[in-house]
Amino acid sequence: MTDLAITASGLRKAYHDKTVLDGIDLEVEAGTIFSLLGPNGAGKTTTVNVLTTLAKADGGNVRVAGHDLATEAKAVRAAIGVTGQFAAVDELLTGQENLQLMVDLNRRARKQSVADLLERFELTDAARKPASTYSGGMRRKLDLAMTLVGNPRIIFLDEPTTGLDPRSRRTMWTIIRDLVADGVTIFLTTQYLEEADQLADRIAVLDQGRLVAEGTADQLKRRIPGTHVRLRFTTAAELDAAARVLAESTKDDEALVLRVPGDGGTKSLRSLLDRLDEYALSAAEFSVHTPDLDDVFLALTGHATEVSAK
Amino acid sequence: MKSHSMVMLRRNFKHIARNPVSVFNAVLMPIVVMLMFVYMFGDAFSVGVDYVDYATPGLMLLAVCYGLGATATAVNSDMTKGIINRFKVMDVSRGAVLTGHVVASVLTNLVAIAALLGVAFLLGFSPAANFLDWLGAVGVVVLLGFATGWLTIALGLAAKTPETAGLASVPLVMLPFFSSAIVPADKMGPGLKQFAQYQPFTPIIETLRGLLNGAPATGTLLAALGWCVGIAVVGYLWASSTFKKRA
Repeated sequence: MTDLAITASGLRKAYHDKTVLDGIDLEVEAGTIFSLLGPNGAGKTTTVNVLTTLAKADGGNVRVAGHDLATEAKAVRAAIGVTGQFAAVDELLTGQENLQLMVDLNRRARKQSVADLLERFELTDAARKPASTYSGGMRRKLDLAMTLVGNPRIIFLDEPTTGLDPRSRRTMWTIIRDLVADGVTIFLTTQYLEEADQLADRIAVLDQGRLVAEGTADQLKRRIPGTHVRLRFTTAAELDAAARVLAESTKDDEALVLRVPGDGGTKSLRSLLDRLDEYALSAAEFSVHTPDLDDVFLALTGHATEVSAK
Repeated sequence: MKSHSMVMLRRNFKHIARNPVSVFNAVLMPIVVMLMFVYMFGDAFSVGVDYVDYATPGLMLLAVCYGLGATATAVNSDMTKGIINRFKVMDVSRGAVLTGHVVASVLTNLVAIAALLGVAFLLGFSPAANFLDWLGAVGVVVLLGFATGWLTIALGLAAKTPETAGLASVPLVMLPFFSSAIVPADKMGPGLKQFAQYQPFTPIIETLRGLLNGAPATGTLLAALGWCVGIAVVGYLWASSTFKKRA
């Protein structure tokens, strides 16, 4: 039997008369990374707020670390660590004092963990400087270090890399992977498809308060149409002509792009190019496209993500 | 285990030490107002007694109110920067962070009032109060600081930004001017006079004035205590419910 760190069934939450979460079911295995993926406004932060006892659910059953969220909130709080969407560090205190504050407030924390955490997150040099002087990446690291005081076994990370430069994002990913290697369970929200693809054992796609899909990155990718060839033309007339010749294709008039399904092999490519030649058509640009999570999202929700994975 | 409230209070003290401007305002502004009124206008007001003796109790209340702006801003920045949410998802006693703010606020008030009284004595302040009266006056000041402190924390928690939180505390700073703090209410124009007579700060100031003159009147004392307890209860309940609800 697998050990479940988080279970939720029929989770609902509304603010005033606006439904934000409309019946969410989740199961997160202990020691894995679970990613909740969705665009801005999908309900990711609300989900984290409810699961971490910040907001009360209007309906549904949730157990976190084996404790019922509704009746044992205090026990849940003692078992989890939370890093919110915006680095919640005390700017007037130094990095060291921020960590010391967490140690003073935490029953299970050991005294020496401050030095250890500073070392581990490469903050030792900046330890005596006020957090207000830290860069965005350093703040996130300090924030996460503060979350780790007391060794929580379940960690919630709400968009941990939003607004970080690529290098800091890589660093954060490495830190997250190391945590899981130590047996910690991670519940991660992100709007970056690449991030979920890179890190998560399982991904749930959240859209307008509902889970529209759940599975591994590969399972999700398999749910959508396969490889296709993209042809971009310079004029609408050429695009239309090509669309008539290649009956199985779909065209995008705005981008002057034609998508032709195919397996990406040389044989089918040659026959495709031969057909274009036959009608004296030439594309300005040609690319073979294998599906990524962007396509998954588009296929599952019927609309594109607001922020691309780039 | 260390008390969580003490940890929070220590954090507030560190904030004050790192950002002394806010406390400078709380300590210096009442003194500036005192010098202005006593030196510039003092001789023009006839209040029956030496003006510094008349004005000091009212300025003590003003000193409490000037300290509140910093409290509102500090609480709001904890709220809007996610610090309060961080504490809320930890196994930390719920009220500790607010208790820390209230205690820091009251202590700031006491420092401001001590400085103000020092200047008042230099200006010739000669109260008739005995030790017990002084004790009573300190008690009233602490109660007032506590009551308005809780109200200010509620304002700070509810405001959207630190700027609006600071603005929300402005009425509390203005209110003493429309009371018997600077001039007796019966010298004011119609309308304002009634307002000044019945607003909560007037009985509190009159109580302080009575205590420092060595002749406290029971009626105003009861009214002052009533207002303080009322403001404290409303402020505390409002602050607690906002603290619970706002995520």
